[in-house]
Amino acid sequence: MSAAGGPRLGVVGAADHPPFPRAARAALADSQLRHNLGQATRAIRARRAEAVGELPDWEQLREAGRAIKDRVLRHLDHYLLELEAAVQRGGGHVHWARDADECNRIVCQLVAAHGTREVVKSKSMLSEETQLNEALAEHGIRAWETDLAQLIVQLADEAPSHILVPAIHKNRREIRELFAATLEEVPDDLSAEPAALAEVARQHLRRRFLEARVGISGANFAVAETGAVVVVESEGNARMCTTLPEVLITVMGIEKVIPTWQDLEVYLQLLPRSSTAERMNPYTSLWTGVSAGDGPAEFHLVLVDNGRTNALGDEVGRQALRCIRCSACLNVCPVYERVGGHAYGSTYPGPIGAILTPLLSGLDAAPSLPYASSLCGACYEVCPVKIDIPEVLVHLRQAEVERPARRSRPLGSPDGERAVMAALARVFASRRLYEAAQRTGRLARLVLARGGRIERLPGALGGWTAARDLPAPPAESFRDWWRRRARDAH
Amino acid sequence: MSSPAPRVSLFITCFNDTLFPQTGRATVTLLERLGVRVDFPLEQTCCGQMHFNTGYARQMVPLARRFARAFADSELIVSPSASCVAMVRCHYPRVAELAGDEELRRQLEALRPRVLELSELLIDRLGVEDVGAVFPHRVTYHPTCHSLRLLELGDRPLRLLRAVAGIELLELREADECCGFGGTFAVKNADTSIAMLSDKVRRILDTGAEVCVAADNSCLMHIGGALSRGRVGVRAMHLAEVLAATGPGRPRSGGAARGTGGARRGVA
Repeated sequence: MSAAGGPRLGVVGAADHPPFPRAARAALADSQLRHNLGQATRAIRARRAEAVGELPDWEQLREAGRAIKDRVLRHLDHYLLELEAAVQRGGGHVHWARDADECNRIVCQLVAAHGTREVVKSKSMLSEETQLNEALAEHGIRAWETDLAQLIVQLADEAPSHILVPAIHKNRREIRELFAATLEEVPDDLSAEPAALAEVARQHLRRRFLEARVGISGANFAVAETGAVVVVESEGNARMCTTLPEVLITVMGIEKVIPTWQDLEVYLQLLPRSSTAERMNPYTSLWTGVSAGDGPAEFHLVLVDNGRTNALGDEVGRQALRCIRCSACLNVCPVYERVGGHAYGSTYPGPIGAILTPLLSGLDAAPSLPYASSLCGACYEVCPVKIDIPEVLVHLRQAEVERPARRSRPLGSPDGERAVMAALARVFASRRLYEAAQRTGRLARLVLARGGRIERLPGALGGWTAARDLPAPPAESFRDWWRRRARDAH
Repeated sequence: MSSPAPRVSLFITCFNDTLFPQTGRATVTLLERLGVRVDFPLEQTCCGQMHFNTGYARQMVPLARRFARAFADSELIVSPSASCVAMVRCHYPRVAELAGDEELRRQLEALRPRVLELSELLIDRLGVEDVGAVFPHRVTYHPTCHSLRLLELGDRPLRLLRAVAGIELLELREADECCGFGGTFAVKNADTSIAMLSDKVRRILDTGAEVCVAADNSCLMHIGGALSRGRVGVRAMHLAEVLAATGPGRPRSGGAARGTGGARRGVA
């Protein structure tokens, strides 16, 4: 297990998680993690670029993906009620959950009512958000994750470190060790070949699928017009979860609703190419309520808010609710590639996590996340629904700076930072002060520089000189040269 | 160039003015060589990019006002800093919105299309790719994030570099990945920044170049700071300085921290 594996998370942006810079420092020291992540993200980046490059209308698709989601967000109440009515028409039950606790309570009660002690689950980020598995365990119910990578992190008692590839931080040798230690009926000579590992997991999961009476799934989309719920996946485990058990419970964030069946055309192109770099994902399961003699006899849809209306109230930040959880932004992020998902200390890591987490659960819970980016913009470039992540990051930084009660502090003392920024703003606002500061700065040449370079700076700026020299301020500023040149010309 | 000598105001940026005056001198040398009349409004200071990106947008509203005043009479404004141009072109509208000042919004809106990054001025307005530069050195080009993704400079800088006499351009692997600077990110998240920087430096060294060129001195200070610390014998140099060079002199940038050692510069 990598050092950055860490225990399972608390709620979104767990308060006891170290601030990002500290968590990142630990993760950066894990050479195995760096190697695993670097290899995996490089490979998926290249494949995504290829898959996206095939479509001549990719930019139009992105624009459509953005526009449809924006319409949903403007009329969310309308589409949710339309969805509820359609699901009920199809014979399904709809439940509304304000927050994680309410969601978990509803699901636990439903499972308990069917008198079962085991459920099978297909991957759901929302259930990670609400910590549904832990809640079920408290009710004596064992939830088996059936997505291979999700099973891996469950067996390791870790949180996912990636939205799509939850065990991206592990390599196959680490997974072999884990399976040998945690699964039943594992051959002694189990190899670390992917096929052999998948076979062991398949045997384990097959038994669970055939025994489970209740299945739990997430949802990628739900169509308001028809009541159809959609899950896209690669392994077929979600298909099993949503068809084999007698009872199916689907938990879904309220922003996942889309208006019409036709809108799927846009997202079923955008999502697979952005996430797994496939033209089409291997399995797309769609169901509307229940059908006698075909699939579950009972279907429950739990619509969960859990901070989404908070995010909706933020004019700049609400665009984050367009997210379709493709994870393209993680794969291109140079910060994510180096620190991995656990350093973010939230269910959603990477660039989208850095904005979604504070938007859902408040800056109070994750004050360092908006700063966990160099604002390079690679995330925005690949986002299939055009979320301007750098714009939201800067917006959240501003909110953090202006937040009255700042607890955790991103840079030494934030009040120190505020004072420095205010002083600099005053200096830059006056030509006289600015030129005086330039002259004063030249003293650094005498005080700090050796051989034209500064190798050590004091205080918070020491982070710079930890690995980089700084040029000594030159003897003559540009404007001094300009004025001298004008004088000499006369 | 066909029409009469264009007039251009130089937006030097506080960073170049104070720390990298050689880039400003090179920009002036280059533009005057191409027949451009350059002026320098002395009232300019800082565009407020660092404040804005760190969350102090409200505090930098006066800087946007000052910018609008300093360049009010300029027909065309050029800057050898992609990120500062991006600040003005891409972010000033948001600043005006925050300020809630309609007059400021109109002033900035009128200025925006007149602010150009150096390679945009050369290629789009002056219509030159061969600026008459001579720079007989092995060079690799790093497209900084804001030049790539906010200004969408594309291959403009490379087209200019390809036309330089004597230059040997070497391709940088994974060139479009951030060097890890990110303004205050480099200090607030110093460890992550350094990890990104180390990979960038390794790829620069892999090219076998003696000079790493970019269109932004902030990223170059970051990259050059590591090149200098490691004494690796590769220097960072601004695009303007390469384009201004006309002699076979050794490549050199002003501060030693942008390179190793120092010799005569090719720029007058």
